[in-house]
Amino acid sequence: MAAADDASRPFAGLSDVSISEDIPVEGDISVPVGSSRRDDEYSTLDEPVKETILRDLRAVGNKFIHVLYPKRSSALLRDWDLWGPLLLCVTLALLLQGGAADTDDQGGPQFAEVFVIIWFGSIIITLNSKLLGGTISFFQSLCVLGYCIMPLTVAMAVCRIVLIGGSGTVSFAVRLVVVTASFGWSTFASTAFLADSQPANRKALVVYPVFLFYFVIGWMILTFSPSQ
Amino acid sequence: MASPNDLQFQEFEEAAELLSADPEASTLSLSASDNSARAGGSEDVKLDLSEDEEGEEESSELLGGQKLSGGFWTFEYYASFFNVDTVQVLDRVKGSVLPLPGRNFIKHYLRSNPDLYGPFWICVTLVFSVAISGNLSSFISEMGDPAYHYRPQFHRVTIAAVVIFLYAWLVPIGLWGFLTWRQGTERQIGGYSFLETVCVYGYSLFIYIPTSVLWIIPFEWLRWTLILVAMVISGSVLVLTFWPVVRDDTKVMAVATVATIVVLHTLLAIGCKMYFFQTAVHAPPPPPAAPTTPAIHITLTTKPH
Repeated sequence: MAAADDASRPFAGLSDVSISEDIPVEGDISVPVGSSRRDDEYSTLDEPVKETILRDLRAVGNKFIHVLYPKRSSALLRDWDLWGPLLLCVTLALLLQGGAADTDDQGGPQFAEVFVIIWFGSIIITLNSKLLGGTISFFQSLCVLGYCIMPLTVAMAVCRIVLIGGSGTVSFAVRLVVVTASFGWSTFASTAFLADSQPANRKALVVYPVFLFYFVIGWMILTFSPSQ
Repeated sequence: MASPNDLQFQEFEEAAELLSADPEASTLSLSASDNSARAGGSEDVKLDLSEDEEGEEESSELLGGQKLSGGFWTFEYYASFFNVDTVQVLDRVKGSVLPLPGRNFIKHYLRSNPDLYGPFWICVTLVFSVAISGNLSSFISEMGDPAYHYRPQFHRVTIAAVVIFLYAWLVPIGLWGFLTWRQGTERQIGGYSFLETVCVYGYSLFIYIPTSVLWIIPFEWLRWTLILVAMVISGSVLVLTFWPVVRDDTKVMAVATVATIVVLHTLLAIGCKMYFFQTAVHAPPPPPAAPTTPAIHITLTTKPH
């Protein structure tokens, strides 16, 4: 006690305050562990596979609907995914197969050519818009450009159905109208999403490559001629 | 990002410092620009001075006058090549289609702000317009032939892309290297940076886009007239740009350089026309009965003696 008093002399005013050694320190040290119920909300490891696949499919379908009715919404931009573009690209490339004279050089585009045009075209357009000062991110732009191919893929399916009926002038006129309408729709839909992210005095510089991209894809669809 | 006005203001300051530091250089550049000043006005004189300073101080860099922001591995480095507005691009395209004597494309339109947007997208558009128009023209010329079956001929896009991109990139590299080498040995003033050379070549190809679309019309005389007009316009843009630089060289080299530029340009135009717009030279296959009937007729006439 004397040693303790000596030690506490600088704190003279506190001499009557002392911690006696026989009071046990007691208490309960326990960290409340997060309940397993909270973990279940974020962990998708235990859910059934059907649920996982359906969630992604629902997201892809949601974006398809946004392309069908293009209005200025950020859903497509915020939650980008590349499943939809991949699906559309593979479908379009497969539909463009089986054309006239596939074996020799003079035919339509090969599967790899379609793939390269779509993906490298999208990448180059995205780089172009970013270099011109756009604020959209790389994958968001790829997502938008890929999803807006959907009208052209639908047009390709319609063209193949029309070609079953014959390949005369009437069928060509019908195909021309369908492809032109879907090309306009694609360009309009993608510019509705992309135009806002560009500086105002460069909008046309960004829109023109998109126009050229969909024009080339439309050309590939229109010139598809069935093998005889 | 500095606006074009800021860049010009800086050039004035540094040029003035150079003038006070080295009066010899200024008199040389003044006499060289006197000839062009009569046509171009006072702004050509000032731009020549700034170019002299650029050639001496930034000769090691590929981009004379361009603000290099970051190394070549950064994104900003490449973004500085796309520092153009819609109005500027349209203005440059207009300048490539209407070349006026005395209007140097690089001096008048680029103004130390060469861009890569124009050359790249003009080349891409030209590739597709040549391939598509060629396909359409062969379809139209062979439409009446019953044996003809339409083919998309998609491989032509690849060939067109290789040819046009090689021309638009290799020829400026060669020309820039050659001019820089001559500039080194002959101590001549004025030379263009690599980017400006690529830029002027890219924009000069623009006239071929409407020309290739008009080539669909299947009249030979029209096609040759169009190609002549396009070659004259496009070639004069290039000649007007490079003549002031080459003129100070020896007569032989100057004429040879300009002639090479024109010849290569002509080869590209004619090569594209010959390959992509082949006219149907074949005669329609004669019906199989025709050759036999004259033979029968001959035998009938020769038999009775």
